[in-house]
Amino acid sequence: MQYPPINGEKEVVMILKGKVFKFGDDISTDLIAPGRYFHLRSNLPEMAKHVLEDADPSFAVKVQKGDFVVGGDNFGCGSSREHAPTIIKLAGVSAVLAKSFARIFYRNAINVGMPVLICETDKISQGDEIEVNLEKGEIRDLTNGITLSFAPLPKAMINILNDGGLVGHIQKHGDFKID
Amino acid sequence: MGKTLAEKIIGKHAGKEVNAGEIVLASVDVCLMQDGTSPLAIRQLQKINLEKAANPRRTVLFLDHAAPSPRKELSNDHITIRKFAEKTGCQVSDIGMGVCHQIIFESYLNPGEILIGADSHTCTGGAMAAFSTGMGSSDVAIGIALGKTWFRIPETFKIEVTGEFQPGVYSKDLILYLIGLIGADGATYKALEFTGDTIEQMSISSRMTLSNMAVEAGAKAGLIASDKLTKDYLKKQGRVSRFRELKGDEDAIYEKVIKIDASRLVPQVSFPHTVDNTKLINEAKGIKIDQVFLGSCTNGRVEDFGVACEIIKGRKKNPKTRFIVVPASKAVFLEAMAKGYIRQLVDFGAAILAPGCGPCVGVHEGILGDGENCITTQNRNFKGRMGNPEGFIYLASPATAAAAAIAGEIIDPREFLSRKKIKGKKVRVSRKRK
Ligand code: SF4
Repeated sequence: MQYPPINGEKEVVMILKGKVFKFGDDISTDLIAPGRYFHLRSNLPEMAKHVLEDADPSFAVKVQKGDFVVGGDNFGCGSSREHAPTIIKLAGVSAVLAKSFARIFYRNAINVGMPVLICETDKISQGDEIEVNLEKGEIRDLTNGITLSFAPLPKAMINILNDGGLVGHIQKHGDFKID
Repeated sequence: MGKTLAEKIIGKHAGKEVNAGEIVLASVDVCLMQDGTSPLAIRQLQKINLEKAANPRRTVLFLDHAAPSPRKELSNDHITIRKFAEKTGCQVSDIGMGVCHQIIFESYLNPGEILIGADSHTCTGGAMAAFSTGMGSSDVAIGIALGKTWFRIPETFKIEVTGEFQPGVYSKDLILYLIGLIGADGATYKALEFTGDTIEQMSISSRMTLSNMAVEAGAKAGLIASDKLTKDYLKKQGRVSRFRELKGDEDAIYEKVIKIDASRLVPQVSFPHTVDNTKLINEAKGIKIDQVFLGSCTNGRVEDFGVACEIIKGRKKNPKTRFIVVPASKAVFLEAMAKGYIRQLVDFGAAILAPGCGPCVGVHEGILGDGENCITTQNRNFKGRMGNPEGFIYLASPATAAAAAIAGEIIDPREFLSRKKIKGKKVRVSRKRK
């Protein structure tokens, strides 16, 4: 399995490393990309300055390139706005880890080329340093020494991710090449 | 082996027999986008030089979320949308026409079809026995350009509802109850199929309320069989020739069957800040209400206005409570006018806004102040949803919302129903759309 270049890197990054920003269950797209910034939807870098603002007002200021967003159940529930995973990615986040994802958010994240990993997140805490090996499907929490694994993506999604997202996929193949 | 509605419809569009769990490519019949999701979709297509639509006559771009536009950035997005439509031949539903899901249902969607929409409540179309699902901008953009998309065939939960609602209880109470029961992620990636005699007798408008909120339990679709009522509806809309009878097979494989006795339900209220935070009306009594919103793709139809009018008839609005009413579409507006509902609502003290999303998504119109409480007939109460994270949103039926406008606080709407109704004549649920 191969993942697309992340955060503008030229090379495909297989090992991600960064700090954890921990969130709870049901982090909705309204919390990630509030409707009051609707007018910024055509100005995503500006909108990214408000990412997750209603869940943690200081997140956008503190997040560093390569960091992780870690949620509980039902991450990304709510609207279909693709702006939600897009601005998380634009803020520099390298992957979102959660126990479960809402369906549309999950598909959108793959479509914009942002890894979303389903794993047990209870043992990961705010501020932990973690290392994710996308190839091995392994997460190491360097702060508490725990190793976790995550479920592999369906093949159709891997194909799309490998092409840098859906638009890249169609550009490359001229059509869906999902099997 | 029998098939679920989802398997039947997607299979037909994939040109083969399919089963839950499979990933397939399927053609799509109708596509929709709205003003919040279209600009990104359009830019995606422009990026790869694919600015076209496989089926422009059935691809509709809606200006409904920020319409009329409250700011120049959004006005410019609207320009982008209109230009794209001009270039590709796609349809535009401009300001004043109404909410995307309502109009797609009124004028485009037919039983057995597939609709994809860049809006999560696209699942509303499930009430037409059409496989309708929400996706993001990129997915719908590519779907529009190529006329197809990929699906993972969902497993299906059968929601079997029997019995007659008590007076003052509606399909909105049923769906809030169900979501409270299974949780906001209780049906993630699944399709729901609503069946049983309660559903069979339910008006199309009430069915739409159920399908509309399927996504609030995480579901991909909320499907309902097409029947005589669907046929009557299509006839009224002038396309009865597009009717097809379609339902899930008795021997289809359902991952779960959930049975609900509708006669035992009471009015429900979902508390802030999650839709599954559902409580019985008794537990909500006395909560002070600053703003009432009657409208949205969930409950902004003629039937809903009728229910509200029955509650407010001969009563006065609480002077401390604001009441905002938004018809889901122009057709709803006109019919509600002809029936005298609009006059009655205005007389009562409601502010009627142009057909569209209204205050639902917090982009324009009716944004809550700090610490304010709103009771609304919409489908979502997430923190910040109505434009202010310091506001509190309660979800309920049109009856419960209207009752709060009178009392200035949450109150059991049955207190405002006439005695005759309470004594148990057949009430609303069995009322067909006229
Ligand atoms: S009325 Fe509300 S839920 Fe429905 S489409 Fe508009 S914003 Fe979305």
